[in-house]
Amino acid sequence: MSPKMTHLRQLEAESIHIIREVAAEFENPVMLYSVGKDSAVMLHLARKAFYPARPPFPLMHVDTTWKFREMIEFRDKMAHECGFDLLVHVNEEGVRQGIGPFSHGSGIHTDIMKTEGLKQALTKYKFDAAFGGARRDEEKSRAKERIFSFRTEDHRWDPKSQRPELWNVYNAKVHPGESIRAFPISNWTELDVWQYIYLEQIPIVPLYYAAVRPVVERDGMLIMVDDARMEIKPGEKVEYKSVRFRTLGCYPLTGAVESTAATLPEIIQEMLLTRTSERQGRAIDHDSAGSMEKKKQEGYF
Amino acid sequence: MAHQSELISEDILAYLKSQEEKSMLRFITCGSVDDGKSTLIGRLLWDSKMVFEDQLAALESDSKRVGTQGEKIDYALLLDGLQAEREQGITIDVAYRFFSTDKRKFIVADTPGHEQYTRNMVTGASTAQVAVILIDARKGILTQTRRHSYLASLVGIRHVVLAINKMDLVDYSQERFDSILKKYQSFAASLGFDDITAIPLSALEGDNIISPSPKTPWHQGPTLMQYLETVQVPDASAGKPFRMRVQWVNRPNLDFRGFCGTIASGQIHPGDEIIVPSSGKKTRVARIVTMDGDLERAVAGQAVTLTLEDEIDISRGDTLATPEDVPHHAARFEAKLVWLHEEALTPGRSYLLKAGSATAPAQVSQIKFKLNVNTLAQEPGETLALNEIGVCSLSLSKPISFDSYRENRGTGCFILIDRLTNATVGAGMIHQPLLQSSGKGWIEADLGPKARAEQKGQSPKVLCIASQDQKHRTEVAELVEKKLHSQGRHSYRLDQQSLSLEPGSKDEQARLLAALGEHFLAAGLILIVSLSDQDPHLSDALMGRLNTESFCQVDLKKDIGTISLSPQQQAEQIVEELF
Ligand SMILES: Nc1nc2c(ncn2[C@@H]2O[C@H](COP(=O)(O)OP(=O)(O)O)[C@@H](O)[C@H]2O)c(=O)[nH]1
Repeated sequence: MSPKMTHLRQLEAESIHIIREVAAEFENPVMLYSVGKDSAVMLHLARKAFYPARPPFPLMHVDTTWKFREMIEFRDKMAHECGFDLLVHVNEEGVRQGIGPFSHGSGIHTDIMKTEGLKQALTKYKFDAAFGGARRDEEKSRAKERIFSFRTEDHRWDPKSQRPELWNVYNAKVHPGESIRAFPISNWTELDVWQYIYLEQIPIVPLYYAAVRPVVERDGMLIMVDDARMEIKPGEKVEYKSVRFRTLGCYPLTGAVESTAATLPEIIQEMLLTRTSERQGRAIDHDSAGSMEKKKQEGYF
Repeated sequence: MAHQSELISEDILAYLKSQEEKSMLRFITCGSVDDGKSTLIGRLLWDSKMVFEDQLAALESDSKRVGTQGEKIDYALLLDGLQAEREQGITIDVAYRFFSTDKRKFIVADTPGHEQYTRNMVTGASTAQVAVILIDARKGILTQTRRHSYLASLVGIRHVVLAINKMDLVDYSQERFDSILKKYQSFAASLGFDDITAIPLSALEGDNIISPSPKTPWHQGPTLMQYLETVQVPDASAGKPFRMRVQWVNRPNLDFRGFCGTIASGQIHPGDEIIVPSSGKKTRVARIVTMDGDLERAVAGQAVTLTLEDEIDISRGDTLATPEDVPHHAARFEAKLVWLHEEALTPGRSYLLKAGSATAPAQVSQIKFKLNVNTLAQEPGETLALNEIGVCSLSLSKPISFDSYRENRGTGCFILIDRLTNATVGAGMIHQPLLQSSGKGWIEADLGPKARAEQKGQSPKVLCIASQDQKHRTEVAELVEKKLHSQGRHSYRLDQQSLSLEPGSKDEQARLLAALGEHFLAAGLILIVSLSDQDPHLSDALMGRLNTESFCQVDLKKDIGTISLSPQQQAEQIVEELF
């Protein structure tokens, strides 16, 4: 008789296997840490994979300078408490040009501050592997994404050079300059992530929990007024509502949902009973069909 | 169904508790183009509430724009992943879909039915426990059905659902259903499935997907969802001998040395004895370390860190195994090889073989025959093109530990990597180790034995070290090898134990060893064989077959066996005298 492994334990084991495989095969891996719940799970798994040692790679956050303030506080606290080296990269060129979501719109902002910023950082530190917290269930175009996703020298995702992945044997060979984006939680769904956070009591940014926050309704989304850079337009008014975030990013681009779910069980309950997918709150996804695929080819993920 | 459990709204804590026991099932769906696979999966996602309102809105508009169902929702559109494919109207890769019910989480490997089927299907099936094989009730069993079934069986799937779809188009005829099933059963009898469950479906109308359809009162079996939720896939690997390939050696400080890996089969407890087949060394497990505290037991599938009682030399790629049932450890084996790349296999070319965490240069030395995936016939072949399957002999530059795939999926599989392009070009399932080269062996290039020896700057030799004491002879042989290595010589070491791979007559063993000796000489290498002095037929065979110049023999007792000499001194003496 052997104890059955539950679905979360199986997912956990698979992720740890992937994380160890990357650490063993690559010279210079990094974990991309977005500070969101998926990153929280990934970081937790990395700690498990190498316990009692520290994970043998740094964390890197590409800061667009427009993240929620609470995310930045949380990021620094977690990196410190878990003993990770934290690299923060900002696209200084973008800052000099004054790129921002309000002035330039979500497309240009994300492209320059996030996608370009990430490429700069990967080039600067010569990472040959970068962990990302993306999941296959997030979006249709990700359903075929590999766990070891190959990137060309200019960080592009080329559909033709993706490799078939069989069993749990991963091809980690790259030429100098090329790299692998590794997705240890590919096979997790949003529900799995929440259940695991609950089961393992993983700390997450408080923005996920409902609280009364100042928000403005804009383009059908509830945008939180996180700092003075947000101008209140004529006709808009700041309201105090009980809201939470299902996904986190740049505050001007991330819609809040009205909610009173202030604990993990309540969040999960709400998630199971609501009928909208988590990406709905992300402004960048609202473009034409296939936009994610384009983003991916450009190196966004 | 799904997450409709009243519990969610009434008692979320109780619901979450119940979810902690949920299991997981991975399955693959295969069918030919237009059998209704996308519609079927779309339904499963839909009915298990994995589709949200915003996705539905997109689906409705897409259905109107590009769907095939007029004003109705085209579930198939939930699936199409990449824009390029959507425009061409085909799917060209394996997609992974997810849904869950209150009982199970499901991972679906969705493989398209067109030409790239073999590569995609083998990829998708490699992690699947169940295969759902779609059949169009109007068409019955096609060549593709045989192919899908054969590939599923090849990759070790033991449970099959025969999803007989489009029953609405054959008036839900039981007769039609029965005749398809009967035909399938007789064809599949040789494929070794544990069970075949046939279900009459209409993916379009939703018959027998979730709840039993009133249109098929004659169907006594489960609906598709009932089957998926309840099928028992006993984790066969848990009852098997313990195996764990070391992925990572964890050394945070001098006091801790942990070996990390995922248990491929069996289970382990602190105190259990383990062996490392690459060195033959044994020790016991001291602790099973996890961040949540030490474990009393760990089983197949778990990713763990083991500490051991003795400091023995173990590195990434080594296998830890139970000494009661040791895996093969060899540099040659026979395997089924599936070719995954446009550029065909070149026998004799050096590829990189990766089996779990073990990596070694390898070449395909012989293609015994090719397998026709449609007829299962064996056909001759000099190479393997994309999507072809062959039974091949592989030669590695160093031995690795493995089991046959049939016995152990986790330790019997490997991939081949092109050393220039780094592409994954092949996927293999090991049959058994090979000792002697049957037929051609290493493919002869223009180079001869002399050129190879010259390149290494040495005269090749086979050196026999005999002693009844296995530990003693191994120790001396190891020391000799180390000494030679430090002198820059190219050598390799074998013990008699690693030769008795297959039960065979003594003569057979001797013949194999002699043939092996010849190969090493031809390769320009120094082979150190440690043998029991009780088995003179082995050294005799070598002596008889090899020329005296390249063969030498030392009996540790008789020749230099004074008790006053330590193994170290004996080894030094051997190296000095012979080389
Ligand atoms: N009448 C009928 N049509 C079906 C059924 N399942 C699928 N179809 C139709 O068959 C066509 C091909 O289905 P699709 O799911 O795209 O097939 P795939 O190529 O296997 O993914 C579509 O027009 C579907 O609407 C069924 O059970 N009954």
